[in-house]
Amino acid sequence: MTDPKQPIAWHHVRWLLLSLLLVAAPHALHMPGWSIALMAMLAAWSAYAGYARHALPNRWLLMMIAVATFVGVFVNYRTVFGRDAGVTLLVIMLGLKLLETRTHRDAMLLSFLGYFLVITNFLYSQTIATGLYMLACTVFVTATMMNLNYAGTEPPFRAQLRTAGVLLAQSVPLMLVLFLLFPRVPGPLWGLPRDAFAGVSGLSDTMTPGSLSSLVLSDAVAFRVRFDAQIPRAKDLYWRGPVMWDFDGRTWSAQFFVYTAPGIEAAGDSVAYEVTLEPHNRRWLFALDLPAVVPPRSVVSTDYQLYSIQPVNNRLRYDMTSFLNARFGEVENRFALRRALQVPPRSNPRAQELGRELRQKHADDEQIISEMLSMFRRNFVYTLEPPLLGANPVDEFLFSTRSGFCEHYASSFAVVMRAAGIPTRIVTGYQGGEINALGNYLIVRQADAHAWTEVWLRNRGWVRVDPTFAVAPVRVDTGISAAVSRTDPLPLMVRTPYEFLRQARLAWDTMANAWNQWVLGYTPERQRSLLAQAGLDDATWAKLTAILIAVAGVIVAMFTALALRQLKSRARDPVTIAYRRFCDKLRRRGLTREAAEGPVDYARRVERLRPELTPAVEAITRLYVALRYGAESSAAALIELQRRVRQFPA
Amino acid sequence: MYAALRNRFYTWIFQWRGPEAGAIVLGQRRIFILPTRPGLVYATVLLVMLAGSINYQLGLGFVLTFLLGALGVNAMIHTFRNLANLRITGGRTRPVFAGDTALFTIHLENQGDTDRYAIGLTHDRRRASFVDVIARSAVPATAAVAAPRRGVLRPGRLTLFTRFPLGLYYAWAYVDLDLRCIVYPRPAPPGMPMPPAESIAGAGTERGLGQEDFSGMRQYHRGDSPRHIAWKAAARDQGLLTKQFTGRAETELWLDWAQLPPQMGVEERLSHLARWVLVAHAAGLAYGLRVPGTSVEPAAGESQRDRCLETLALFEHK
Repeated sequence: MTDPKQPIAWHHVRWLLLSLLLVAAPHALHMPGWSIALMAMLAAWSAYAGYARHALPNRWLLMMIAVATFVGVFVNYRTVFGRDAGVTLLVIMLGLKLLETRTHRDAMLLSFLGYFLVITNFLYSQTIATGLYMLACTVFVTATMMNLNYAGTEPPFRAQLRTAGVLLAQSVPLMLVLFLLFPRVPGPLWGLPRDAFAGVSGLSDTMTPGSLSSLVLSDAVAFRVRFDAQIPRAKDLYWRGPVMWDFDGRTWSAQFFVYTAPGIEAAGDSVAYEVTLEPHNRRWLFALDLPAVVPPRSVVSTDYQLYSIQPVNNRLRYDMTSFLNARFGEVENRFALRRALQVPPRSNPRAQELGRELRQKHADDEQIISEMLSMFRRNFVYTLEPPLLGANPVDEFLFSTRSGFCEHYASSFAVVMRAAGIPTRIVTGYQGGEINALGNYLIVRQADAHAWTEVWLRNRGWVRVDPTFAVAPVRVDTGISAAVSRTDPLPLMVRTPYEFLRQARLAWDTMANAWNQWVLGYTPERQRSLLAQAGLDDATWAKLTAILIAVAGVIVAMFTALALRQLKSRARDPVTIAYRRFCDKLRRRGLTREAAEGPVDYARRVERLRPELTPAVEAITRLYVALRYGAESSAAALIELQRRVRQFPA
Repeated sequence: MYAALRNRFYTWIFQWRGPEAGAIVLGQRRIFILPTRPGLVYATVLLVMLAGSINYQLGLGFVLTFLLGALGVNAMIHTFRNLANLRITGGRTRPVFAGDTALFTIHLENQGDTDRYAIGLTHDRRRASFVDVIARSAVPATAAVAAPRRGVLRPGRLTLFTRFPLGLYYAWAYVDLDLRCIVYPRPAPPGMPMPPAESIAGAGTERGLGQEDFSGMRQYHRGDSPRHIAWKAAARDQGLLTKQFTGRAETELWLDWAQLPPQMGVEERLSHLARWVLVAHAAGLAYGLRVPGTSVEPAAGESQRDRCLETLALFEHK
């Protein structure tokens, strides 16, 4: 940059346009159509003005476009804040700034905004692919900044990109130190926009026929689990999520309510593990039945649901311990039991009638349960594509369609049990998971979503009953892909026959998991535990800063030394080295060689000023010229040159 | 008091040591570096990005912010390196007339293996010229300095600076080479008639031209007027020959200080003498110059013109 106020040229505009459009491109996926068109127009205008050396539009016109954009964004989103609205505004403002960029200083500012735009992309996606793309964008923005600072000739396009890439690559060691040691503080610092984490899938706090089966079509990861010891058997992997108490005839719903807690009577085996939960924007956390501890910043409800205090809108890691065969809730609150018996009186009359019949037939609760399960086992079908159900879905399912997914079985089982006078509630969550042998952890996907029931039995407390297990035992033993029929749609990767693809997928998931754990999930807690492993137990803010400065200082010093060493003249050519030594000897006698003086001219001048040196100077110069510029390349000549230079009086 | 203190501080910190002879190699102690205004804006943008990363808990946001932070440090090293170990020697400077701009040339030699781009040279920090010095090469750079008065002009401290590669830092070095430029007196406007030629009264300029009195040719010597070169012979590939004229020796034109009106001041006299020198040279005459204390024997050609103008420039010059 020659002068900050100097006007920029077309090749600068070209670089700015290229890098900014590259950075903004992914935003086109969530910007409204009109704003994409407007941005394209602004970019084209700027390109035309730069190319044809046209005057840039007047400020008032740009101001009007800016105001119109604000109005448009407000109409579109009903706000100008928030993530989507903010990003749309930022992109359009950048386009307008392009049309206002006249000087080097403006252009520099624009490249800084380009960096800023890179970070806004991370609000939407932080996958490895996004990371790589944005790294490329960063190289482009950096190259643009460099382009603005060339004064005369500039290297070819690819050389400029390469130089920018080298500049960034050299920054990586210091970046790593900053990343690992910069004192991390838990966010957020200020309120997040409401739409900050929209559009993530997961379980919901209601359950209607069909709500889980749609989730099962997604092979998105729900959470990953690393067990301290052996991974438990598949039939023990019931990941407890929202517990549903209330039924309106069609929809089950979970409500957070607190009453006197039932205790755990017998704990049984315990298992310890670490869960890394993908953001789902709700508050519940998942744990194996039955959670034994409560992670930090969360609470447990009395039906043993874990709730985070904040919605989980970032990947969350927590340590858990569970009791696999616990007995709990033998002494249960009677209001809770009453609630677990309620069925809307006029809904699903045939199912309620069935419940009452079962009660008349058997006095024992457990006999009622096993008769109901054997009924399921006899002539019911487990399918991902159940027929649509009408106003009384439980009746229709039990007595006519007889094919359904886990939520149909859980729901109808609960209705019948309640009608028979057995307190029953529905538990949703996930069942099973895929073991990734490469990374030795368990992947639980949305496709593993499941619903089961818990019945309350006198002297036994709450007991898990999984009606789906009666219909399709393989669902629980092996997983969803074995349980549904071949013709049912399932995510490709969930099906086992594609073994090669599944292995590739697992390898990729191992990488993604490492990425999540170390790049995206490097939280203040993780930092603390890493430092503790390194032997630094109480890393205070001040201590961490001191270490950071020390390590960064060493790296910068080393790098500076390396960078400056390259500047020292390192003549590898022995002829040049010998001749330089000769020139140095003459310089000490006050006969400095001029910058533009050739060796012959130099020799002539030296001979004129110091005739007594003539024979030596002439011989050395003749040898040098012959070796350097002539065809002469004999080793004898070189040795002769070196000898004469050595003998030349200093 | 404050100014004196500041001056001493500057002298200490910037190591001002007066003109240096020979070559200057820009070592660590000679290069200074400060962030530019865009550099400060860059730092602010990074702080905003850091706050955003903390707030939205963006793992990749941290990666990007720290990468750019490290890039900022790296850019400082690169900007410094762009000047470091540059070898600077003074070059020749062509004389100028008072009131013109002198162009001081220095040679920048890059002895290392890395190319250096956009190195600026300035005298007054307002106008600058930029050069690129690729690896293992030397290039001249010029600094324009106004030459208001005749005599010897020394540019004093020149500033070499660079903002390359990212424009986030401004690195500079002061070079005070022993550079000088002869500033000739500004030629007076036409008006004062030329003095007559001395030895042959009334011979005037026509005789002095002597175009007809061609006496032969000799080898070209530096300083011969181009208008006396036998271009036809040169075109026939006979080398450069100079035509000689016998008539020139007969005319002795003396440009004499004493010929100007006695009430005229020193600078004004020098101006008139300078114009006469130029007119006489343009006419191809042989002429001599007399000023109090010095005289230049009559001769013709460019070297005679330069010698005379230099005598005028240095007249009574300390």
